[in-house]
Amino acid sequence: MKNEWPLWEIFIRGQHGMNHRHVGSLHALDAKMAIKNARDVYTRRNEGQSIWVVEANHISASSPGEKGPLFDPSNSKTYRHPTFFNIPDDVGSM
Amino acid sequence: MDPLFQLLLRMGDNTLVLGHRVSEWCGHAPVLEEDIALANTALDLIGQTQMWLGLAGEMENKGRSADDIAFLRDIWDFRNLLLLELPNGDFGQTLMRQFLFDAWHSIQLGHLINSSDPRVAAIAEKAAKEVAYHVERSADTVVGLGDGTDESHARMQAALDYLWPYVGEMFQSDAADLALVKQGIAPNPASLRGDFDALTRRVLAQATLTIPQDNYAQKGGKTGARHTEHLGHILCQMQWLQRAYPGETW
Repeated sequence: MKNEWPLWEIFIRGQHGMNHRHVGSLHALDAKMAIKNARDVYTRRNEGQSIWVVEANHISASSPGEKGPLFDPSNSKTYRHPTFFNIPDDVGSM
Repeated sequence: MDPLFQLLLRMGDNTLVLGHRVSEWCGHAPVLEEDIALANTALDLIGQTQMWLGLAGEMENKGRSADDIAFLRDIWDFRNLLLLELPNGDFGQTLMRQFLFDAWHSIQLGHLINSSDPRVAAIAEKAAKEVAYHVERSADTVVGLGDGTDESHARMQAALDYLWPYVGEMFQSDAADLALVKQGIAPNPASLRGDFDALTRRVLAQATLTIPQDNYAQKGGKTGARHTEHLGHILCQMQWLQRAYPGETW
């Protein structure tokens, strides 16, 4: 629809979260309005510490059709998981 | 009536009546995002009502709760501004009313934070954070719609022209107000006009809207002398359940 406001993807960093997580999308005319709308739609229950918004058409996505070649090869490579190391506690979050 | 009790009713009735009006948009706003934002605003206002009327009941010491005061008084006991009981009109008119009230409300709370009464100051401090967001949001929407399309501009100008005569009541002072000034509990309403004019002029200019020249002011809400016919209709809807089923709870 021509009159529809642009779509924005919303990322919220939660109370105890280290990073911003995608929580959903909404419509807004500009970035400022998108942040306000995100505040009202996605942080009503005290979820948020920080909000990022990005206009959906600025996101480039991998194609579902290429799922095989993109992801299947990493299926069987357990040696890539760093589960064989002992990480000292005082390193903190990694 | 005790001046402080009067102030608490005025603050609480403002937020109660506007909170009810704004809640009427729930499920009807033009877009989902605005619908939720308006519902949040309404809930903030009802939350503030609980604090103001709760304190009013406490200091009155007759065993009335905030609910009793909200649901069991009739028109002539309400002390809200006339502006707030007017019907919503279209979305633009609702947001224009919201902005005009938010502008006054944010300035008023800014003073009440420094009230000599610590209970008033505590409520004001909590409410001020919510209202700082309300005024930011409503101002942005007024600018967006005022400086928008020909139709949105015309609707916002019509809303401003219609609502402007209800602005002056915010700044009328009476004996109760002056008594509160003396005790350092609340500011003189008349003294808030300068800050209000500065804020509204800036936003409305940005919205390309023209403030009406005529400063004639409708009055009778904050004194309870003469409400509009609309308040009775609000109370019918707001109070019928408690009237029909006294003491009913969820």
